[in-house]
Amino acid sequence: MKLKHLMGATVLAVGPLCGSMAFAQDIAECENCSDSMVLMSWGGAYQASQTAAYAEPYAALTGVNITWDEGSNEAVAKLRAASEAGNMTYDLIDVEGPDSQRACDEGLAVEIDFDEQLAAGADGSTPTADFGPSIINDCFVPQIVFSTTFGYRTDIAEWNGAVPDDLCDVFDLTTFPGMRSLESRPKKNLEWALLCDGVAQADLYDVLSSEGGVDRALAKLDTIKNDVIWWSAGAETPQLLADGEVVMGSTYNGRLFAAAAEQGQPIATLWDWQVFDFDGWIVPEGLDEARMNRVMHFLNFATDTQRLADQAKYISYGPARASSQPLVSTHATLGIEMAPFMPTNPANQKNFLVNNIEWWADNQDEVEAKFQAWLSQ
Amino acid sequence: MGQTTADAAYVAFERVQKSYDGVSLVVKDLNLSMPKGEFLTMLGPSGSGKTTCLMMLAGFETATHGEIKLAGKNINNIPPHKRGIGMVFQNYALFPHMTVAENLSFPLEVRKIGKSEREDKVRHALDMVQMGAFGGRRPSQLSGGQQQRVALARALVFQPELVLMDEPLGALDKQLREKMQFEITHLAHDLGITTVYVTHDQTEALTMSDRVAVFNDGRIQQLAPPDQLYEAPENSFVAQFIGENNRLMGTVKEIGGGICVVRLDSGDEIDAKPVNVSKVGERTQVSIRPERVEINKTRLRDGAHTLKAEVLEFIFMGDIFRTRLRVAGSDDFVIKTRNAPDQVRLQPGTQIEIGWLPGDCRALDAP
Amino acid sequence: MAGARNIQAETGPMLAADGRPLKDSLNRALRRQKLRALLLISPLLLFIMLTFVAPIADMLFRSVENQIVQETIPRTVKALEGWDPSTGAPHDEATFAALYTDLVIAEEYKAHTRLGTRLNYEFGGASSLFRGTGREVGKWPTEVYTEQFVASDPAYRDGAAWALWMADPSVRAVLPLTADAYDAWALMTVVEKDDVPAEEQPLDFVYTALYRDLAAGALPQLMPAVDVDNWDSVAIRDLFLEEDAAWGELPVWQAMKSYGGNYTAGYFLNAVDMQIGANGPEMRAEDERVYVTLFIRTMILSITITATCILLGYPVAWLMANLPARSANLLMILVLLPFWTSLLVRTSAWKVLLQQQGVINDTLVWLGLVDDANRLVLINNEAGTIIAMTHILLPFMILPLYSVMKTIPPSYLRAAKSLGATNWTAFWRVYFPQSVPGIGAGSILVFILAIGYYITPELVGGNKGVFISNRIAYHIGTSLNWGLAAALGTILLVIVLVLYWVYDRVVGIDNVKLGG
Repeated sequence: MKLKHLMGATVLAVGPLCGSMAFAQDIAECENCSDSMVLMSWGGAYQASQTAAYAEPYAALTGVNITWDEGSNEAVAKLRAASEAGNMTYDLIDVEGPDSQRACDEGLAVEIDFDEQLAAGADGSTPTADFGPSIINDCFVPQIVFSTTFGYRTDIAEWNGAVPDDLCDVFDLTTFPGMRSLESRPKKNLEWALLCDGVAQADLYDVLSSEGGVDRALAKLDTIKNDVIWWSAGAETPQLLADGEVVMGSTYNGRLFAAAAEQGQPIATLWDWQVFDFDGWIVPEGLDEARMNRVMHFLNFATDTQRLADQAKYISYGPARASSQPLVSTHATLGIEMAPFMPTNPANQKNFLVNNIEWWADNQDEVEAKFQAWLSQ
Repeated sequence: MGQTTADAAYVAFERVQKSYDGVSLVVKDLNLSMPKGEFLTMLGPSGSGKTTCLMMLAGFETATHGEIKLAGKNINNIPPHKRGIGMVFQNYALFPHMTVAENLSFPLEVRKIGKSEREDKVRHALDMVQMGAFGGRRPSQLSGGQQQRVALARALVFQPELVLMDEPLGALDKQLREKMQFEITHLAHDLGITTVYVTHDQTEALTMSDRVAVFNDGRIQQLAPPDQLYEAPENSFVAQFIGENNRLMGTVKEIGGGICVVRLDSGDEIDAKPVNVSKVGERTQVSIRPERVEINKTRLRDGAHTLKAEVLEFIFMGDIFRTRLRVAGSDDFVIKTRNAPDQVRLQPGTQIEIGWLPGDCRALDAP
Repeated sequence: MAGARNIQAETGPMLAADGRPLKDSLNRALRRQKLRALLLISPLLLFIMLTFVAPIADMLFRSVENQIVQETIPRTVKALEGWDPSTGAPHDEATFAALYTDLVIAEEYKAHTRLGTRLNYEFGGASSLFRGTGREVGKWPTEVYTEQFVASDPAYRDGAAWALWMADPSVRAVLPLTADAYDAWALMTVVEKDDVPAEEQPLDFVYTALYRDLAAGALPQLMPAVDVDNWDSVAIRDLFLEEDAAWGELPVWQAMKSYGGNYTAGYFLNAVDMQIGANGPEMRAEDERVYVTLFIRTMILSITITATCILLGYPVAWLMANLPARSANLLMILVLLPFWTSLLVRTSAWKVLLQQQGVINDTLVWLGLVDDANRLVLINNEAGTIIAMTHILLPFMILPLYSVMKTIPPSYLRAAKSLGATNWTAFWRVYFPQSVPGIGAGSILVFILAIGYYITPELVGGNKGVFISNRIAYHIGTSLNWGLAAALGTILLVIVLVLYWVYDRVVGIDNVKLGG
């Protein structure tokens, strides 16, 4: 529940404020800074939103040459390889929260002094206060809040007009027959299974840590195992939904937005028990001074209140700063109000989970082994 | 009657035509019949249709038109493996993954012949070609001549009545080839098998065959025993293709009584035997074998036409002398004389007179 | 001359024209030739060494390498040498003190979290245990020792005095813990802080070590005498247990002891679903075993794919070898087409074709061959993997087959038929045996490529059609357990080599041809 205040702020996402601060500002001189940067990100719509919201404006203001590397889904592996080779080819790396924890633990990422090195909020709050609960470790500068949640087709005749509005409808094959798609990883699936097996949110990780807890979750998943297609890339569920291969499936909320709002597919989002996660920047260890100066200069610009708010014009992920929330407005090209598609919209977060990075860091390997063994049975 | 026909025309091609592309004929209206036990050679330049004929007989090609008969039976629609014809291929086609004995055993196995009988036959066939000691070897461990023998033995081991050989000696060196020619002929006669042999080597054809069919342009130009083919070629192609030949072009001046006078293009007149000329004024090519040219005038009949000649070159070839002359405007008129004790050696520049018996000079069609 | 040579051959070594033994001359000439050959291939050789042999060697090394535990907590590993895991978690203060010293130093180098990550592969919870304890260990109330030493004699505050004492062999001899802790502190001061140790006061853990030495009865010369008997002290074990109860339990200690060596079989054990238990290696719990299943599945699916490739590729190769050049070339282009399309395009195509609402199922339903309610599952299972991989790998079967078949003259088949063999017998007895080297080469290529594939199985294999390579990719890219990935890779390599050896024994490797 720690996230409540951050999420709740979206309610103030009203139009008139939008764009009032766009681009019109000066940028501080950068002394002894390199003139190019290599940024690693996810490619696709997300990287496009980053390019439009801050990479291009920054390049326009400073003349810095920015190159993208679309390697974020194996970011830490690449970071480790580059570090072992003694040749750090990346200047700034976009990762999800758990990966930032690993990079930080392995000493691959630089620790950031938030209040020293980042911009204060537009409302005058310190960066630490502004980012608030999205600060998950010392190396990670958050950009957005995204969620993993379920999408479903709105045109399934066999459902006889029933509309899934509860997470546990995923496990209800009688009312909602059809194939589901789930990620072929234990994270989130286990939590969802336990929630629908009667475990209270507060007890989730205690149950998972206890003897037989994982088995209990897997047993719940067993009830729908024969009706599941397992995905490994975020793009798969929207495609499977669009092709009619599955009737509901988990994916990132931004992908569902793109499929429904941008492509007009008969797909809707089931927000119940969406799982929040953060995505942000880490700065690799091993940069020389000029590169480090440039990176910090960019980071200061790219994670300020306005830039993070701008990003939400291009993709339906919530800005990680509280002060950015009131500035979220309409989609840059579609012109539709973004708030209803934001995971942080109060209407969408009656029930939600926050990725428990600590627990997963500890138990990932064991649970993954169990999950894979279960999958291959 | 049926039996004798079948024996007299054991293999028969009747009006056979073959086209690969539907536009041109490779074999044009082929008619051929050979009696049982004959050794017949198909001789001709490459592309003359001889190999196609062989393949049609073997069953690997089908005739576009006409009938092919074996022992009086139409075999056009019988697949190769049911024809029971032995065949020796140009590059032997010995199966490289089998030993010599296994190669020989193969046709017996597919005929479901019992093991002990098979072994007997294989041993017998190998002994027949003096390869008895090589049964366990692989073809790649044999020399060319040995492979040839094995290929022969394999084609004979199942005792076919007809054996086809497609330039079987082409890959061997001269000495070995001559030896094998001899052996093959003997084997064929001893076993009494009918053999169709394809080659482009005229010496081979002449020395081995009972009869030779000279192929050109999809047709048989002449089908005759070797001596006849050599002595009495029926057209200028055969005359040219078989043995060495001097050619002179001219026009028939007189004809009658089995002899004709030809006026050469140089103006000289010579005697000749009309072969396929029939009337005065016809263009002709006369052909004279080099060894039938006479330089000793005393041996010619009285009044025989003679030609003046100039010696251009004298070549000593051991058993014979080969002398090149300029005759009737042609620089490549060759004569051959035996290296006998009294034989003159003509020196270049010498002017001589040459002549021949009219029967040795054949007036043929002008090509 | 020839006669002379022969005589020499009987009496002594044959001599070349220059009088040297012929053998030597020949060897010299050959050596020069070999050297030139070596020079010619040296760029490639170097390239292969750097890009192929070296990474493989590195992989082999990583699968057993385990210096991190020894390097990060050397004192603890040493203290645990005499400990018997069957007696339960250690209770003695000395072991905990060693761990305390190790952790303080590791925290300064930020190495404790890496160690936590490493040990987390062996037991869940190590990651947060080390991270959490590391964060707190610097704040533990061990300054009580520092304060008491400084209070008893101000010289104990003086960095220069410490430097002097610690340079003296006799002091070092009686204060082993102190000397060790001081050295580590001094190194850390230079490396991490860029300071001169002689100008700095040592950290609390050095005083803690000194206290423990003195409490054990050491009487160092040179240093101001102190009596520590009645000093305030802190129980380090209690501090650990307060921080996290896991320090009082067996797993973390067992992991630290089992993996204390510089090399470990742990990754390999893990790769065959085993683990180091209290009594040595043991099988993992039934519901955690996954790798052996995957290895077996990888083998079975790869063999199936190879067999499918033979079945589908043989007729095509035969056709190509027997068609006129123009048609054969067209066919060759069609065969090579999969190489020209990107993996993602192909994958999308397979999905469009194979999925339950896909083209094939739609067609079958339309034809009435399949009931609409029971559409075939052709993707996201073994079938999907087999179909997609066969498609990708087919050219690797067809090309060697084609090039071998191209060298089999048609006269062999004719010869066989003329000898009385039916078409089938001629093919089976004569043509097929000669094409076996092509099948061999194609099979080796396809099989080895198949067992290494992971992208395609990941995309179309669902949970039943993934290979061991998918797990390797997962451990390389996601879990970052490179040691385990290396062990799995090494096992795969060994399996390939063993299969190759078996193949050589059964079929003979010279029976493999890629062409004439």
